[in-house]
Amino acid sequence: METIVFSLLNGVIYGLLLFMLSSGLTLIFSMMGVLNFAHASFYMLGAYFAYTIMGVSSFWLALFIAPVLVGVIGMGVEKWGLRRVHANGHVAELLFTFGLAYLIDEIVKIIWGRTSVNYQVPDSLNFTLFTLYGADYPAYRIFMFFVAVAMLIFLWYMLKKTRIGLIIQAALTHPHMVGHLGHNVPLVFMGVFGAGCALAGLAGVIGGNYFITDPAMAVQMGPIVFVVVVVGGLGSLEGAFIAAMLIGILQTSAVSINASLADIFGFLGLSPASEVGEITISSMAPMLPFLLLVLILIVKPTGLMGDREV
Amino acid sequence: MTKFTRAALAASVSFMAMAGSAYAEMKIAFIDPLSGPMGPSGDAAFTSYKLAFEHINNEGGINGEQVELTGYDNKVSPKESLVQLQKAIDSGARYIFQGNGSSVAAAIIDAVNKHNARNPGEEVLFMNYAAVTPAFTNEACSFWHFRFDAHADMKMNAITDWITARDDIQKVYLIGQDYVFGEAVAAAAEKQLGEKDSSIEIVGNELHPLAKVKDFTPYIQKIIQSEADAVITGNWGQDMTLLVKAAADSGLTIPFLTFYGGSLGAVAALGEGSIDTLYQVSEGVTNQEASDEQYALIEEYKQRFPDYDYYYHRAFVAAEMLKAAAEKAGSNEPIEVAKALEGLTVEGAYGPVTMRAEDHQAQQNLYISTVSKDVKYGVDNIDLGWVLVDNGTIDASAAEEPTTCEMERPE
Repeated sequence: METIVFSLLNGVIYGLLLFMLSSGLTLIFSMMGVLNFAHASFYMLGAYFAYTIMGVSSFWLALFIAPVLVGVIGMGVEKWGLRRVHANGHVAELLFTFGLAYLIDEIVKIIWGRTSVNYQVPDSLNFTLFTLYGADYPAYRIFMFFVAVAMLIFLWYMLKKTRIGLIIQAALTHPHMVGHLGHNVPLVFMGVFGAGCALAGLAGVIGGNYFITDPAMAVQMGPIVFVVVVVGGLGSLEGAFIAAMLIGILQTSAVSINASLADIFGFLGLSPASEVGEITISSMAPMLPFLLLVLILIVKPTGLMGDREV
Repeated sequence: MTKFTRAALAASVSFMAMAGSAYAEMKIAFIDPLSGPMGPSGDAAFTSYKLAFEHINNEGGINGEQVELTGYDNKVSPKESLVQLQKAIDSGARYIFQGNGSSVAAAIIDAVNKHNARNPGEEVLFMNYAAVTPAFTNEACSFWHFRFDAHADMKMNAITDWITARDDIQKVYLIGQDYVFGEAVAAAAEKQLGEKDSSIEIVGNELHPLAKVKDFTPYIQKIIQSEADAVITGNWGQDMTLLVKAAADSGLTIPFLTFYGGSLGAVAALGEGSIDTLYQVSEGVTNQEASDEQYALIEEYKQRFPDYDYYYHRAFVAAEMLKAAAEKAGSNEPIEVAKALEGLTVEGAYGPVTMRAEDHQAQQNLYISTVSKDVKYGVDNIDLGWVLVDNGTIDASAAEEPTTCEMERPE
């Protein structure tokens, strides 16, 4: 019982963090038709900016300023980088974001060093909220949960209930028509790219001090975010949400399962002493998202909620 | 000494020094992660070697040759390491230093063995300063490999002795990284605890992927549910830091007996929670009694590399032993140096270090330490630092383990 409760709690929070990252990525994809390889780098920038801002003022200021800064950088990248490259087709754009990811990596190493920085949870949130089955539950995790949920509601409201959202949705599918109607489509694109990056930055602000802030965090987070987006269906926000939750819960709960493959497939004659049989589910946890990715691509290439082929 | 010989000696020394700075260079390759999640572990060692060889160069080098140290980033990948090893050998390096990751060390031992068999006269030596899988100085031992760190069984010996002496520890949880080293640590713990005190129960034996886990909370939940009294782990680098961070967040305050609790950031992550909960076995502790020279070295290191703390004491020992062996042999030729290294003893800052000839395993004192507040040298730029625990000194003779090595020696 306690295993299930903990797995769900931790899985949901991890899932929400993943969603925060992948929502921006999937928005950008549906807009430009290109996967932004540098997306996780913006996540990293968010964490580093927050660390620096926290050093001179407070975490709460960082929580607002860092994502905005990251968003502004994202807009700049779109305006002076991607938009120019766009004329040369998707491959050029893809390569551009790929190079950008390396560039950001190296810049971060030059400015903040190659090792992790001491980006800590603020003292005002660094306490035990409640004790569950003998384990303390840190308040910061619940804080992460609320920030993510607030962002989720805001995003949903913005896209579905406001005029801006209407124009964005229209621009995603019929950019030329929206342009002919007199809307500034390049501005919309720049705004969406910036907002997507800002979301990644926000995830960095709240994820960076919970995990670890180092130059490798982008490389480590990158693949898993792509998995979320592809499994959810490219361009689908609802899909990204479901996929993020699924992967978050799958990964955290797998860790707590002690059973080995032999225990599960024993009826097929798999011996517990064999190489394959002795693999435990918990040791397979980091592999599961990628297994899911492969399965989804075989069974439903459009992803869970998507409508276009990868 | 006559005037003439004195002059001749002075002339030859100055000639050698000139030759050293002008032509002859002893190339040394350092192959370890210098970027990525394990980058800090490699870089902390690299900076230690930098300083050690700088000192040696300032004193005239090794046999008059200046040491040129080059770092090669292997990203903790055995495959990448072999590429880097070839690059290093091609550029003229005859001494290879590596330590982070036994999977990497195994690949390098194999490659070096093959290289030396195929290229007589151009042998290279592998100086292993941290890969501690016991097999490297037992069944898989090689004449071309020297290990300057105590291996997993030796360190585990110190840990299990400490546990059996404590009556309040009855249940032990083992957690480690899922590769050859993590497996070796778990096997050693199981075997030694079984032999030393059969009443101690192992309530968990878990391996997690190397350098991939971001959040250890689920593992910590399992430890809490197992009601363990202590945790033994061989984790290093980021896996060490994140493990104890998750433990602190979940309010788990049982002793963590570690090989590498001194990994960058682990003490900072725990803060004062690390006092009497985080323990490590190492070949030296900065806050223990030492010579002024050693204190000066610790301070110089911190001043030069403020991101790190003086941690890789064995790097300095390895550099010193290399120099001592080369000078004893009167040659920088690896095969001569290897022969001279066998059985060599140097007087380290924390006791003598002897390179056992049978298996090329360094024998040295081991120390168990924990974190304390009132210290001369803090770590992670906070005021907490490592201090020796009571009865924490394990004499080299007590730490020594037998070997099954049957070494093939060149003529």
